[in-house]
Amino acid sequence: MTSGLVFALAGVALFAMGAAGVLLLAELMRRVLAFNIMGSGAFLVLVGLAQRNDVPDPVPQAMVLTGIVVAVAATALALALARRYQALGGRDELAGDD
Amino acid sequence: MTEPLPWLILLPLAWATATFLLGPGRGAWLAIAGIAVQCGLTFALAGQLLAEGPQPHAAGGWAPPLGIALAADGLAAVMLLLTQGVALLLALYARGYFAPGDQAARHFWPLAGFLLAGMNALFLAADLFNLYVTLELVGLAAVGLVASGGGAAQLGAALRYLFATLLGSGAYLLGVALVYGAYGTVSIELLLPLVDADVPRAVWFAAALMLAGLMLKTALFPFHFWLPPAHGGAPAPVSALLSALVVKASFYLILRLWLGPFAPLAAAIAWLPALLGSAAILWGSWRAIRAERLKLLVAWSTVAQLGYLFLIFPLIAAPGPALAAGVMQAVSHGLAKAAMFAAAGVVIHVTGRDTVAGVAGVAGRLPLTLFAFALAGVTLMGLPPSGGFLAKWLLIDAALAQGAWALAAVVIAGGLLAAVYVFRVLRQAFLDAPAVEAAHPAPPLLEWTAFALAAASVLLGLRGMELLRLLSVGSAG
Amino acid sequence: MKRLAVSLGAALFAALLGAALLELGPPAATLAPLVAGTLAQSGVTHPVTAVLLNFRGYDTLLEIAVLLIALIGLTAVARRGEAPAATAAVEPVLTTLARLAAPLMVLVAVYLLWAGAFRPGGAFQAGAVLAAAAVLLHLTRLLPAWATPGTWLRAGLAGGFLLFLAIAAALLAEGALLKYPPAQAGLLILAIESGLTVSLGLILAGLFLFLSEERR
Repeated sequence: MTSGLVFALAGVALFAMGAAGVLLLAELMRRVLAFNIMGSGAFLVLVGLAQRNDVPDPVPQAMVLTGIVVAVAATALALALARRYQALGGRDELAGDD
Repeated sequence: MTEPLPWLILLPLAWATATFLLGPGRGAWLAIAGIAVQCGLTFALAGQLLAEGPQPHAAGGWAPPLGIALAADGLAAVMLLLTQGVALLLALYARGYFAPGDQAARHFWPLAGFLLAGMNALFLAADLFNLYVTLELVGLAAVGLVASGGGAAQLGAALRYLFATLLGSGAYLLGVALVYGAYGTVSIELLLPLVDADVPRAVWFAAALMLAGLMLKTALFPFHFWLPPAHGGAPAPVSALLSALVVKASFYLILRLWLGPFAPLAAAIAWLPALLGSAAILWGSWRAIRAERLKLLVAWSTVAQLGYLFLIFPLIAAPGPALAAGVMQAVSHGLAKAAMFAAAGVVIHVTGRDTVAGVAGVAGRLPLTLFAFALAGVTLMGLPPSGGFLAKWLLIDAALAQGAWALAAVVIAGGLLAAVYVFRVLRQAFLDAPAVEAAHPAPPLLEWTAFALAAASVLLGLRGMELLRLLSVGSAG
Repeated sequence: MKRLAVSLGAALFAALLGAALLELGPPAATLAPLVAGTLAQSGVTHPVTAVLLNFRGYDTLLEIAVLLIALIGLTAVARRGEAPAATAAVEPVLTTLARLAAPLMVLVAVYLLWAGAFRPGGAFQAGAVLAAAAVLLHLTRLLPAWATPGTWLRAGLAGGFLLFLAIAAALLAEGALLKYPPAQAGLLILAIESGLTVSLGLILAGLFLFLSEERR
């Protein structure tokens, strides 16, 4: 098994854990972290799977850089919303509806 | 500007940034001028398509797989026309809706500009990874619009929306990673000959992840939970933009993938989206019938109307009008739902109450707005000669031609249910109500833009054939 | 119940997808040789920078727009008003170190920007270092939190993107979006990356400093 494939398998595991976290965790801060774990998993699959014969491929590397910047932007927006939500309502969890 | 295609992306990016530079709450006329030019560009593009066929554009001058391919065909052009047309009227509406100094208006113009740029870029992209970036552009701009200037409830809705959209695009991105890993390209055109029915199992996963992620973003039942609070809680121009256009962007992408690279895989699961769509029609209509708040009623109606879009998937493989029905439904619902949220916004502005009961007595005071609401209702119910009628007629036609009686029955039942919630509002409007003295006057700009959108949704039925001719340019269906 | 179902579903998904990945043979095609073969026309010699700014430069253009959206959305919900006065004292050693580190970090950012053309580096890394310098100065109370951005700050935040956009529009004369003439590609990419370094530094710093207004 090549190291690229190991990265891809680890990425699948991280993605599954992160996605489960986004679905299950109530606290907003934890959910944001779970989203980041999920994103990192997808990035690992993108880079690892394309390089599973251990030949570097610059295209997925550049895609992952783009993806990381998008994830940073989404994380910042999520934290800003969560923080304001908490300041207004005093809660760090989303109020449940139907 | 010889070629309209790249300008449809660069222009909204430019005016969005310019309105950001001008400062909070400013730049409305710049935005409106920008969208007006985009309308002209879209018509030019449509003309080019009808005359010369599909228009490819290799970004950076690099052909795929090295570069990013853009492409305009009939389907993209129809969605572009819908987007610029609705956006122009809603921009005029927003100009009148937001009072000077309104908290929600401080960041409306730059966010709306980036939203439009993202949607145009999405419609024109032919590269799976570039599509991921456009999805995030649209998603984050939409969340920002929902959150702007809102209280705790609105921020809660924005957060729920954000997590749903991030989960959806995360699943999509993992799918893209698997596709690149399997084939070494993300160009839709190059993938077409590579995918067949016996692909590796990882590609099945990719298709499932991408389609499921996009269904979550399109709020298909049972993934609709985030839509009613987000669309029902935002200011009226934002609700209208989101309900009319943004959910259609991810639907468009589902259609692209379904008819394009994943066509050999999709036949196996074609009934699933139709089943979910049927459930969406029934459940969304039921909740709209029961809704207490006016905008929530309109938002639940969106959940129901989106269901129709998914009824076409079992029919789309065979020749017939299924694709035309789906696109016609997307366009007519886009116009009608923008009109309905715009009209609801006028009613709420004047009465100061966002409840169905608060509509009482509106018939006498806001006849034009009520007329707009009723016309939009005609389209949602699918009565002739509206665009909704044409869409549902094509859909029933396609369903009966393939013996799918159940789908035709769902379409008819959905129309009846829509009549119930539309007449619930209209009946209330004609009730006598004690005149509210504190009422604000209704700005004519708001009433007339709502009316124009509603009238367009009805007249669409008369001019539908021209739209369908444009749709057939280079169409995969 | 939901917890169990989702956890089991996620574990099953990971196991099945992992198995599917093991089934995949060696990659049928990779773009690495194509990138290597075209690198000479890209204006830079580092393949990742060539993909990021030239071959797939359009992705990067849209990605800066995503960052700007996040920043605008963030200022739309951040509480406006006077930043609260600093209460706790900061270690003098920390302040001195920050004063020393910040200019060095700016120097590192310039180096990273310049190095991006031929080795790992570039505008994103340089912008991140600039932003880190700003956050460091803020945490040591040498730089106050940012309130609603004024005209100059807005120009700085959007300037890099506007320059990128202007170059993309000007290059339409070459026949396609962001189609660099090979002779000028290196210079144009350096211009774009320089503008982006400043704007990305400000945007990334802003993601921290605009929120920090609520610090108590």
